[in-house]
Amino acid sequence: MRAGVITFPGSNCDEDCSFSLGQLEGATVCRLWHKDTHSLGELDLVVLPGGFSYGDYLRTGAMAAISPIMASVKEYASRGGRVFGICNGFQILCESGLLPGALVKNQKLGFICKEVTVEVADPTPWTAPLSAGTQLKLPIAHGEGRYVVDPTTYSEMKKQGQIAFRYLEDVNGSLERIAGITNKEKNVCGMMPHPERAADLKSRDGMKIWNALLHQTRGKA
Amino acid sequence: MKARIHIFYKDSVFDPQGNTVAASLQRLGFTSVKDVRIGKVIDVTLEAKRIEDARIEIGKMCEKLLVNPVIESYRLESIEA
Repeated sequence: MRAGVITFPGSNCDEDCSFSLGQLEGATVCRLWHKDTHSLGELDLVVLPGGFSYGDYLRTGAMAAISPIMASVKEYASRGGRVFGICNGFQILCESGLLPGALVKNQKLGFICKEVTVEVADPTPWTAPLSAGTQLKLPIAHGEGRYVVDPTTYSEMKKQGQIAFRYLEDVNGSLERIAGITNKEKNVCGMMPHPERAADLKSRDGMKIWNALLHQTRGKA
Repeated sequence: MKARIHIFYKDSVFDPQGNTVAASLQRLGFTSVKDVRIGKVIDVTLEAKRIEDARIEIGKMCEKLLVNPVIESYRLESIEA
C-alpha cells in the first residue's frame, strides 16, 4: 500500500499518521504538502490528518478546503481514490464537499480530550473485516465535533449505509451519536476519533523520566 | 467600496454559545430574554465600479468561502461606496 499524508499549515497529527501507517507490513508512506498540485493517482490512500489547519480561521477546515492540493484530492476521489480524514481532516472533507454535512461546536462548547468507545455502525470497506457492533476505544480531541446534516440527506445516508462509526454514548451532541461517515460511493471516509493515537508508541523513553522521578522520591512517600 | 456581511448558524442548527449567553442573561435577571443567537460580522473592502457589481461579487465570495450553506445563512447588511 502506498499512502500519502498531507500536511497543512497547522496539521499536528501528520507525523503520528505517517508513523503508524509506516508500521504496517508492506506500507510505504509519502508526505504531501498543502501546496502540492501534482496528481495523486499513484497512491492507494490519501490521509488528511488532524490538527488546526490555518488556525481554524473562518470555520474549521474552511481554509484548508480551498488550498491547492485539494483540487488534486477531489480529482483523485472522483476517480475512486481512497481519501481518509481524521478530526480536522474530517472537517476539511465536509467543507470541501467530499463528505455531506458539517462539524460544528460541541453541544457543551468545551474542548473534549478523552478516550471514548466507538462502535462500527454500517459495514463499509473502511472497517472490513470488523463486523457491525465491534467496539473500539479511541481518543477524541476536538472542540468542533458535533456532526450535523439536514434530515433528508441523513435518511439517504442511512439508506446507503454511510454511517461508519457511532459513539457508544453521546459525547458532543452529534446527530444520533455519529462519529464517522463515508460518502455514497464509500471511497471517502471521515471520523472525529483518532486511530493513529491508539496505534503505537514511537518511544517509551518518557518512562525513564517518570522512573527517575520515582527514584528521586523513593523513601519520601 | 465596503460591504458588511452578517453570518449566523441556520435556525435548524443549535447555537451553544447563544444558548449559554441566553441562560446567563436570564440568571442576571433579564427574564424577558427568550433566545440569543451569536453570529459573526465580516467587512470586505473591495474595488467595484457600481454597487450592483460589488453585490454580485460579494455573493460569489459568500458562496465560495465565507459561508458554509450546510450550517450557515448570511445577510449582506450594508454596502457603500
